[in-house]
Amino acid sequence: MIDDPTDGTGPSDADAPPRDDPAQRGNDNRDANRRRDGRRVKERSTESVRAAIRDELADDRTADEEQTSTPAAPEEATPVIELENIFLSFDSPILQDVSFTARKGETICIVGESGTGKSTTLKLILRLLVPDKGRVCVGGEDITHLTFEEALEVRQRMGMVFQGAALFDSMSVFENIAYPLREHTKLSPDEIEQRVREKLEFVDLEPDRVMEQLPSELSGGMRKRVGIARGMADNPQIMLYDEPTSGLDPLTTGTITRLIMKLQRELNVTSVVVSHDIRSVFRMATKVAVLNERRVVFFGTPEEMAASDDTYLRDFLGG
Amino acid sequence: MPLAHALVPARLPALLERLSAATRGKAHSVQEYFSLAGKALRFAFARPFYLQDLIQQMDEIGVKSLGIVLLTGFFTGMVLALQSSVQMAQFGATMYIGRLVTGSMIRELGPVLAGLMVAGRVGSGIAAQLGSMRVTEQIDALNTLGTDPIKKLVTPRVLAALIMLPILTVINDCVGIIGGNLISTLMVGVPTGYYWRTVWEQIASGGFTLRYIPNDFIQGLVKPFVFGGIISISACYYGLNTTGGTEGVGQATTRTVVLSSISILVVDYFLTQILLALFG
Repeated sequence: MIDDPTDGTGPSDADAPPRDDPAQRGNDNRDANRRRDGRRVKERSTESVRAAIRDELADDRTADEEQTSTPAAPEEATPVIELENIFLSFDSPILQDVSFTARKGETICIVGESGTGKSTTLKLILRLLVPDKGRVCVGGEDITHLTFEEALEVRQRMGMVFQGAALFDSMSVFENIAYPLREHTKLSPDEIEQRVREKLEFVDLEPDRVMEQLPSELSGGMRKRVGIARGMADNPQIMLYDEPTSGLDPLTTGTITRLIMKLQRELNVTSVVVSHDIRSVFRMATKVAVLNERRVVFFGTPEEMAASDDTYLRDFLGG
Repeated sequence: MPLAHALVPARLPALLERLSAATRGKAHSVQEYFSLAGKALRFAFARPFYLQDLIQQMDEIGVKSLGIVLLTGFFTGMVLALQSSVQMAQFGATMYIGRLVTGSMIRELGPVLAGLMVAGRVGSGIAAQLGSMRVTEQIDALNTLGTDPIKKLVTPRVLAALIMLPILTVINDCVGIIGGNLISTLMVGVPTGYYWRTVWEQIASGGFTLRYIPNDFIQGLVKPFVFGGIISISACYYGLNTTGGTEGVGQATTRTVVLSSISILVVDYFLTQILLALFG
């Protein structure tokens, strides 16, 4: 099905009228050759992408092994986020029977085509949305039936990085990062400043240079890094990222990806990342959840995904 | 064909269904509007108090609107004196310009004009600011940081409007009466002392509440208080419900100004009826 490059774009040979013209026959042969060539090119391209992914995974694992002490085996770790048989619809169904579990220290990447409910899944974890059916548990607590005020308290355990960073544009970088600390902690002004500096250094920004700047004065990559610093300011157990690398150049994408990996490695934070960037996903994911047509069609390690013979996954990776 | 089918046009059920959906949608919007107003006022008495935000909004809504309110009030008072002098000259009553200017400014023009000016300047500003925050996910960010956006953004704006609009109206009234004085003295020839005596006569003629508070003042302050609520809640409602990117922000500001302005004029009529029944 995926091998036919003309699939869905024109009539098949069986539907075509008989032709006796030799010139036409020559054209047909050329068309057939072209289709076969297209099929081979696509197979080669899928194979090469998967090989590249395997190489990348091998490289990253080696680099990670050099940098980290041995983490707890993910399967033994405590479940931190659990989605159980989630159904959600607005005017039309958005998610149907979606389930997955993120254990402590894992980075779960949610991938899929646009409009398949990836960002909606993040909103369910944040309890910005309530499912029609099913349960969302955070730290073992069912958050589905919490009141608005109780949900605000649960959200304080999470840090969220938005697609456009969503920094408060009327506040400076310092005030943005200090905001959750001023709201929810009793830290003194000096302690807040120290924490802000620490977080800015963690995301490789110079505190003295950027602290007093407004978000409008920062580049896209810097805004994302400040967004990460704000998300982790209150030392949350869970970090959620909505397309953290979208709209960034390849070098900055690499920087942000490394930053997310560093956060997991050094602070053992549980992360859920929504992304379209397959290369980054394969670098940082402990597990990948693939959403298609409102359902999770794959949930497993990047290696399992790369090795999968599932037609949709092959298309998704190689397409 | 059965008779019932012949009498009912084929499209009628679909039309009724659409009408019903539209009515439900409007009713839901009205419910959300009043729910937002209720929450904003309830949060004024619940911790945490965003005092700094309140002061900032009082500056934004009150102090920064002072210029247009002064200008509007002054010229309205002058034009009121000028027009009334022409009409009153026919009855030889130009000496009473002060009473007319004062009554009109305090009871009607002061509150309504200040309300319309603030709706245009501040209402559109609030809607644009909150709308931009909505489309750039800053409202979602507040939610995820464990802050209730209504408490942080709406309550300070509503409180600031409720406090500042009556103050702006008093200033508007004063400047309008001074403008009337200028014209009546310079162009109509009413002595300044006499003008101010008629101003006081007008204020006193309405009677007093608790012996010292002129009823005209109460009438003149109830209205801007209500208008402040209408402007700020409309602006916050449309701002927070903005969809559709920058185009949506534009629509939110337009809707805010239109709804606020129309509401001010309609509510003004009904408030006048009520206040006249109460104070005469």
